[in-house]
Amino acid sequence: MSKIHVSTTVNGDPVDFLCDPRETLLDCLRDKLSLTGAKEGCGTGDCGACSVEVDGRLVCSCLMLGAEANGKAIATVEGIADGETLHPLQAKFIEHAALQCGICTPGILVAAKNLLEKNDSPTEEEVRYWLAGNLCRCTGYDKIIKAVMETAADMREAS
Amino acid sequence: MALDNDLKKDGFTFVGTRPDRPDGLDKVTGRAKFGADMVAPGMLHGAVLRSPHAHARIKGIDTSKAEALEGVKAVVTRADFPNVVQHKPGLAGEMWNVMENVMAGEKALYDGHAVAAVAATSALIARDAVKLIEVDYEVLPHVTDVDEAMAADAPVIREGSADKSVPEGMHPNVVRYHESGHGDVEAGFAEADLVMEQTYKTEATHQGYIEPHACLGMLGSDGKGELWCTTQGHFFFQKVCAALLDLEASQLRVTASEIGGGFGGKTTVFLEPVALALSRKTNRPVKMVMSRSDVFRATGPTASASMDVKIGMTKDGTITAAQGIFRLQGGAFPGAPADMSAMCAFAPYDLQNVRQVGYDVIANRPKQAAYRAPGAPMSAFAAESVIDEMCNKLGLDPIEVRLKNAAKEGTKASYGPTYEAIGQVACLEAAKAHPHYAAPLKPGQGRGVASGFWFNHGGETSVSLALSEDGTAQISVGTPDIGGSRASMALMAAEVLGIPYENIRVTIADTATLGYNDVSHGSRVTYASGLATIKAARDAVEKLKGRAAAQWGIDPEAVTWEDGFAKPSGPNAGDFEPLHITKITAKMGRTGGPISGHFEATPEGAGVSFGTHIVDAEVDPETGKTSIIRYTVIQDAGKAIHPAYVEGQFQGGAAQGIGWALNEEYIYGDDGRLQNSIFLDYRIPVASDLPMIDTVIVEVPNPGHPYGVRGVGETGIVPPLAAVANAVSNAAGVRLKELPMSPPKILKALKEQSDT
Repeated sequence: MSKIHVSTTVNGDPVDFLCDPRETLLDCLRDKLSLTGAKEGCGTGDCGACSVEVDGRLVCSCLMLGAEANGKAIATVEGIADGETLHPLQAKFIEHAALQCGICTPGILVAAKNLLEKNDSPTEEEVRYWLAGNLCRCTGYDKIIKAVMETAADMREAS
Repeated sequence: MALDNDLKKDGFTFVGTRPDRPDGLDKVTGRAKFGADMVAPGMLHGAVLRSPHAHARIKGIDTSKAEALEGVKAVVTRADFPNVVQHKPGLAGEMWNVMENVMAGEKALYDGHAVAAVAATSALIARDAVKLIEVDYEVLPHVTDVDEAMAADAPVIREGSADKSVPEGMHPNVVRYHESGHGDVEAGFAEADLVMEQTYKTEATHQGYIEPHACLGMLGSDGKGELWCTTQGHFFFQKVCAALLDLEASQLRVTASEIGGGFGGKTTVFLEPVALALSRKTNRPVKMVMSRSDVFRATGPTASASMDVKIGMTKDGTITAAQGIFRLQGGAFPGAPADMSAMCAFAPYDLQNVRQVGYDVIANRPKQAAYRAPGAPMSAFAAESVIDEMCNKLGLDPIEVRLKNAAKEGTKASYGPTYEAIGQVACLEAAKAHPHYAAPLKPGQGRGVASGFWFNHGGETSVSLALSEDGTAQISVGTPDIGGSRASMALMAAEVLGIPYENIRVTIADTATLGYNDVSHGSRVTYASGLATIKAARDAVEKLKGRAAAQWGIDPEAVTWEDGFAKPSGPNAGDFEPLHITKITAKMGRTGGPISGHFEATPEGAGVSFGTHIVDAEVDPETGKTSIIRYTVIQDAGKAIHPAYVEGQFQGGAAQGIGWALNEEYIYGDDGRLQNSIFLDYRIPVASDLPMIDTVIVEVPNPGHPYGVRGVGETGIVPPLAAVANAVSNAAGVRLKELPMSPPKILKALKEQSDT
């Protein structure tokens, strides 16, 4: 089967790759671009571990074909920090022990960042429903929700 | 082993603080390497063909079409694994079971059982090739339900699987039998004012770790190999893979990746021996990753259970006798934790008369694996539900009744031994005093309480600690970090060495660089690796004191170690300036060589653990949906080394228990196939399903650990099944005896109640 040439940007950097028409964006990020931050937890869009932004929209990269990324702007967990400065969400997750095994953390950070960019003062209920597509099996979500709420409060104060 | 009588209870500098975890930055930036994140030059990709039948004889496998596909480098079946493993010295029957589970032999025993595997130049080609393998199956009758599997007319799954513990006359699917207890239960029931007997069922649930099984294996024809995998125990994986592939264990180096959740499910091998077999056949590294559906169909869920519990109680709430019969289905292999169910059921209580029986039953389902306190949540669901119903009938407070009967130091446990210092009473007192217990409930809401017990475990443990020239320390442990243990180890070592937490780096050492370590299971890591870390650090301190003594020309016995300084003591006190660790390590190369500390043992003082949960639930009578309104976990940690991670274990256990109680279940069709093998249909709790989960850390020090630690990982999943069921009962007035309490089941119960 012939491969498809894809030109896109990932975390602001222009990239090119060839992909099989059956390969997902997640496969391409992980296997062709060595960006293994996004994880495959289910492959069916149910767990959110593969969450990335495509043109600013939160998507499960396992549900999108690599070929569909052509001409789009992709943002992954690897692009959240600004050089050596962590995003406030990243710092707060460490401070609050809002991760245990850490496999869901990249997807949750991408999703939470996307939420805070749309809504700088979400209620607890809004955070819980926004993150309902990101499964975490370790934490019971308690510390994750608190970390997101506190980050939102800190960012409001700082702005 | 004898433990020093040196329990430190207070005056901690580092233990009990909440520093950032050492793997935090890696995990928030996406650079942490999990099982599927590793690659190797020349790597092939593997894929597995799985049986679509619940029970079938494999009459033949034709791999020729798959092998002919361009890009396919090797196909393996059971014929590629040495048949000698069953005869290899030291191999117990369980190793044979693992082999049978890893790759089917004469029969496929469950839907999803591995039958063949392919290695190809890409994952897509490997998946295509699997579809070209032709298997000639003779489909056999199957059974998936535990009670049906024990019935006289049930198909025999594996003849000869039963051991001699099983009483005569049982169906061959009953493979293990357990009985324990003390006193005379019949006499106890006769003394009771109220005797209640009920039957309960729980479905199998999956550990549900978000990271599927994944590995990268490399094995040469010289018998030397490397394995990278997500595992709770890489030393155990080394041992099992070596046995299954007929290798010398030391020639296979296994490295544990970061692990994306395990909860007991990553304590055994699935893909790893297959990847190594494919690698041996191709002389190239082979990477294998499971799909989510493979994880559900083929890796260990917990056992399903069918249980009868009978309890006798006097009007004042004294339990006069308790009896439980626990039938557990653990898939097509022996190992369902029926004995654990039996032993844990009544362990929170001080009982004169108690008897418990467990049946381990095989059926056409995947081989069960450990899942957080294996066996205990089910039996606690049954026992704690009966106690609650009796409290309601007798008009007694459920915490008061539990306090009245609570096990304490000196109690003869329901499973035999006599308890040392334990926390059941302290947890119940904390629950009674918690504002949650007194908070008013709204109409339609109910409150449930339940207690739970887990043994905890010690296990083989080896730790090394090396000091660097700059006075910092690196620690090698062999227990994969599944809950923040690298931070806990560093805190305990900091306490001994008297150097900052940040000056210590903890690494999960591979199998080539450290002695054998048991799996990270049994809530053993903070206890056993922690104990070994403390002892290794003390070993290093002794050597540091020796160097100081030599420099001062005094007896090493006359040197003490305080806050990172060697100090002269006794008759020499004040004779010399204290020597900081950095002053000693800076010249250690010239004063006797590198300074390290070691400790190896199989510690046996893991203190048992108790917890009590309080939950408020609301049941929607229109839809049957249960909402968890408020949740509080109270549990004894002995000593919380890093309280944030202790809270995390409590909260995570409660969340998994809530899922088990309300939503999660394995659903098999009449054809014996699993019908809900993706997360959409096997629904684990999501953020919007849960409230904040409040925690209370009770600390009754464990005399078997230098700092009083008890494991905390497992007990948290024991009470929630019953606590939620009790809350649902008190909210909706219906007592559900079968899990999960899904909306259709609750609606049915509500309808039956209104019809009567």
